[in-house]
Amino acid sequence: MPNEPEPIRHFRLNGRNCAVPAADHTLLVETLRETLGHVGTKQGCDGGECGACTVLIDGVARLACLTRTGECEGHEIETIEGLAAGGRMSRLQRAFHERLGTQCGYCTPGMIMAAESLLRRDPHPTETAIREALSGNLCRCTGYVKIVEAVLEAAGAG
Amino acid sequence: MNRFAYASPATVTEAAAATGLVAEAMVTFDESAVLKAGGIDLLDLLKLELLTPSVVVNLRAIKGLDAITQDAAGNVAIGAMATLSQVAEHPLVRGSYPALATAIAGAAGPQLRNVATLGGNLLQRPHCWYLRSPAHHCLRKGGGHCFAIHGENQYHAIFDNHACAIVHPSTAATALVALNAEVELHDAEGATRRLPLEDFFVGPDDDIQRENALRPREVLTAIHLRKPASGTRMAHLRQGEKAGFDWPLADVAVVLAIGPDGVCREASVVLGAAAPVPHRARAAEQALQGRHPGEAAAGDAARAALRGATPLSLNAYKLALFETLVRRAILAALA
Repeated sequence: MPNEPEPIRHFRLNGRNCAVPAADHTLLVETLRETLGHVGTKQGCDGGECGACTVLIDGVARLACLTRTGECEGHEIETIEGLAAGGRMSRLQRAFHERLGTQCGYCTPGMIMAAESLLRRDPHPTETAIREALSGNLCRCTGYVKIVEAVLEAAGAG
Repeated sequence: MNRFAYASPATVTEAAAATGLVAEAMVTFDESAVLKAGGIDLLDLLKLELLTPSVVVNLRAIKGLDAITQDAAGNVAIGAMATLSQVAEHPLVRGSYPALATAIAGAAGPQLRNVATLGGNLLQRPHCWYLRSPAHHCLRKGGGHCFAIHGENQYHAIFDNHACAIVHPSTAATALVALNAEVELHDAEGATRRLPLEDFFVGPDDDIQRENALRPREVLTAIHLRKPASGTRMAHLRQGEKAGFDWPLADVAVVLAIGPDGVCREASVVLGAAAPVPHRARAAEQALQGRHPGEAAAGDAARAALRGATPLSLNAYKLALFETLVRRAILAALA
């Protein structure tokens, strides 16, 4: 199949229709970053261990490094770029900013998307529920305390 | 990753027929067609190019394979394509098999549990770093020796480790073996067979290049659990290096059937991350049967569970870890 054109995949990305070429083995994280220029989603370990590439697919937190773009056909993808409506930070993003929940910033988009999925299911989570929801996301600056505080603040409990 | 064709058959029989040797990330690393369930372990193996199939057969388009149902007698069937999140949160599982819900809720991270399936979890390849390393041609890949036995073996087996020292990668399997679960397998002619999960797993002494008894052109479709007898108590405990998402260093499932007189009629004690297959600690089970279980019996069973262990150069710490976990799991089941 060397010179065959790649099939076009159709999905919604942050509320807009999107049509992109992607081979069967192309990963969503590659399509987002390399084809669509949405580099907010980070490619960390590329093996499902760090959570930096967390996106929402139909509202469910998933890893873009372990999702083939072809599987996204007809689905709704949300990335960190979709949260700041009209260029204004969401409540959760502002809480990360104000509570210094961001250090080097590399884990931040994944942390925020994992927290976003939690807050949609459970708008007033306990600290235990927050830690559980973020248990698939690694921060190598070890800033977990401030990250948890940021999510608590966004939930109105900070 | 190599290029592959992608097929999404609508029925299990078609899926079985589409592949020479099936199951997600199955058995040998050079098959031409593999099944994809959640695709977590499969994508890892594809990225490492330990698996270079020409066809990936997706099971997601087959309707009904993710159902969790209960029959009139109270037995539960879990479709192989049910995600770990679905299984861990399902009221039938939480109500009747809390040790399974706990084991699964502690597996991987939330994003993975939203995609990974119970069938794929049981069929994932071991996580031995020598097996996963393209630079090491180990026994399981047709090479000459096990690198772990004299190498970096801190996460490896303490039982049945003389040939190949992998540990079984599934924590769900620890609980399912303790619950005497059965697996349902479906072949390309439409026939099905069922066998105990315990007999489904294959240790290195029986075949060093496979981890289960799935045949060519067979698909794992369901996991069956019998209704627990009244008086059944159970627990699953794990210990990792950190509280968050990590592989366990040790995990233990205990299922006890306690009679109205308080005597233990039947006991299942299964150790995970201990051996190439989930390890049933028969001596521990015998130490509990026929007794009023409590602190004394739990201590005796815990010591008995480690009898016959053959730790390697860097994993003797697991003996104390397992002894404590077995004792605590028995007491947690009784609590």
